[in-house]
Amino acid sequence: MMRHWLTPALWLLVLVAGCLGLPALEPWLQPLVDGRQAVIYPRDSFVTLLLNHLQLVAISAAAATLVALGGGIAVTRPWGRDFLPMASQLASIGQTVPPVAVLALAVPVMGFGDGPTFVALALYGLLPILRNTLAGLQGIDPAVREAATGMGMSSSQVLLRVELPLAGRVILAGIRTSVTINIATAAIGSTIGAQTLGDPVIAGLVNGNTAYVLQGAVLIGLLAVTVDSLFEALEQQWLKRTPGLSG
Amino acid sequence: MIELTNVSRRFGEVTAVDRISLTVETGETCVLVGSSGCGKSTTLRMINRLLPHSAGDIRVDGQDIREVDLQQLRLNMGYAIQGTGLFPHWTVARNIALVPQLQGWERARVEARVTELLDMLGLSPAEYADKYPAQLSGGQAQRVGVARALAADPNILLMDEPFGALDAITRENLQNEMLRIQRRLRKTTVFVTHDIDEALRLADRIAVMDQGRILQHDTPDAILRQPASAFVESLVGSQDRGLKLAALQSVAEVMQRHPQPRQAVPEKVSVGAQDSLRQALSVMLWQQLSELPVVDDQGLELGVLTRERLWRETA
Ligand SMILES: Nc1ncnc2c1ncn2[C@@H]1O[C@H](COP(=O)(O)OP(=O)(O)OP(=O)(O)O)[C@@H](O)[C@H]1O
Ligand SMILES: [Mg+2]
Repeated sequence: MMRHWLTPALWLLVLVAGCLGLPALEPWLQPLVDGRQAVIYPRDSFVTLLLNHLQLVAISAAAATLVALGGGIAVTRPWGRDFLPMASQLASIGQTVPPVAVLALAVPVMGFGDGPTFVALALYGLLPILRNTLAGLQGIDPAVREAATGMGMSSSQVLLRVELPLAGRVILAGIRTSVTINIATAAIGSTIGAQTLGDPVIAGLVNGNTAYVLQGAVLIGLLAVTVDSLFEALEQQWLKRTPGLSG
Repeated sequence: MIELTNVSRRFGEVTAVDRISLTVETGETCVLVGSSGCGKSTTLRMINRLLPHSAGDIRVDGQDIREVDLQQLRLNMGYAIQGTGLFPHWTVARNIALVPQLQGWERARVEARVTELLDMLGLSPAEYADKYPAQLSGGQAQRVGVARALAADPNILLMDEPFGALDAITRENLQNEMLRIQRRLRKTTVFVTHDIDEALRLADRIAVMDQGRILQHDTPDAILRQPASAFVESLVGSQDRGLKLAALQSVAEVMQRHPQPRQAVPEKVSVGAQDSLRQALSVMLWQQLSELPVVDDQGLELGVLTRERLWRETA
């Protein structure tokens, strides 16, 4: 058992325990609400909310990764170079537009629900991945690429055996940023009708129920930490497989 | 054999290489020398088609390189560059094994070859095979770069300032290594440098380039004795041409040989047979001697070198 997987496993355990066990904490949360309100968020089980939240983030992240990686690779090939400046500008938009704005823009275009949230997450999540893919690929010593090509590697061999392994760590960091941001953004997606762990928070804020807010916030926090430590472990694993890059 | 005929390369408005013609015979080392930006690297990169040429003809062993399969062309040319371009995520052994692996050699053969090359370049396989490039010194990395270029025993070697950015001593060691390997393997080599001393040392023939043109293509001796233009003359340095000429010849080539080698007198000032005339001259100057015994590695005296003889040879 590799030690770096231990932390995410522990966090996952805490997260699952939280989802299943929060209702049991009812007596302790009672003081947070006035007598007539429910204490535990009743509309959906936390497990349902968590799974739906995860699914939204996972699918949008997968789509974003696919598109951003593909695009990043394409614009750094000789035949796609013309689009490189455009892609770089696009990638830097991610640092200036807040994710909430993307959600707000999605509503008039696509209406309410999981769908628009998914599209907003995928589009916004694309940017950090694209940025890091470009940075990773452009950060490779040109001599390495020249040697690889000059010694007879085909362009796909250069990409798969040299460029992606060398840029992989930076790209992975981009995916990590993207997913972390989107876990939070997906929660805000509750305001436009997506079903996520943000539901209790929004409901709590609307009804003045602090217990709801607390439950949602704790679970979102746990989810974010779990996923982040998972990426940390992935990065460790990556470094272990390519020791030349760590020293 | 590599033949360039009226080859040009333009980058937009800039003509980096301007109608050059150059023939490198099989087994010969041709050194391209010239100041920065004169088109040396561009010339080299056109030979392995990293850059397509804009005009003219490039033939390798009689075949137009545009008609050869690109991968095949490059796999038959060892390529070593300044900054080495070693793959940082691969071990030294895997870096060297690159081309053999691309050519589909068997594993055992690849391993044997890697070991052989590390030995040849003075890097102990046990110590270095599993290191990563980041763990090597500059000189060691350059050696690995050369080993990688030699790995699949290509007919042709292209080397672009492979010993650039090294200190003088390491550089000289690698040049000696290169000479030794070259004497043994006789690869058709195009070697790029901007260091005229390196060029004089390594070349069978030198091509002096300036602003995309070849000003003179000749043996080191002829470049020194009959520079074709003021530019070439200034490149070789008119002041110490005599010394550079003396550096080209070994003592063994010029000495008067004894009929039989004899036991050398210990403690007596002498020169080695493989030393250059330049070194011999320096010893004569320093010791104020007009004659030096010449000894070999075993301490046998092979002959003598007289000042008159040295004078005549470097005239
Ligand atoms: N890819 C390129 N695009 C545009 N111009 C280029 C390119 N490569 C080279 N040049 C130009 O062509 C000229 C020759 O360049 P080259 O790299 O062949 O010089 P060099 O003799 O190798 O110089 P150095 O000793 O500095 O390596 C230079 O003026 C350079 O600016
Ligand atoms: Mg150059």
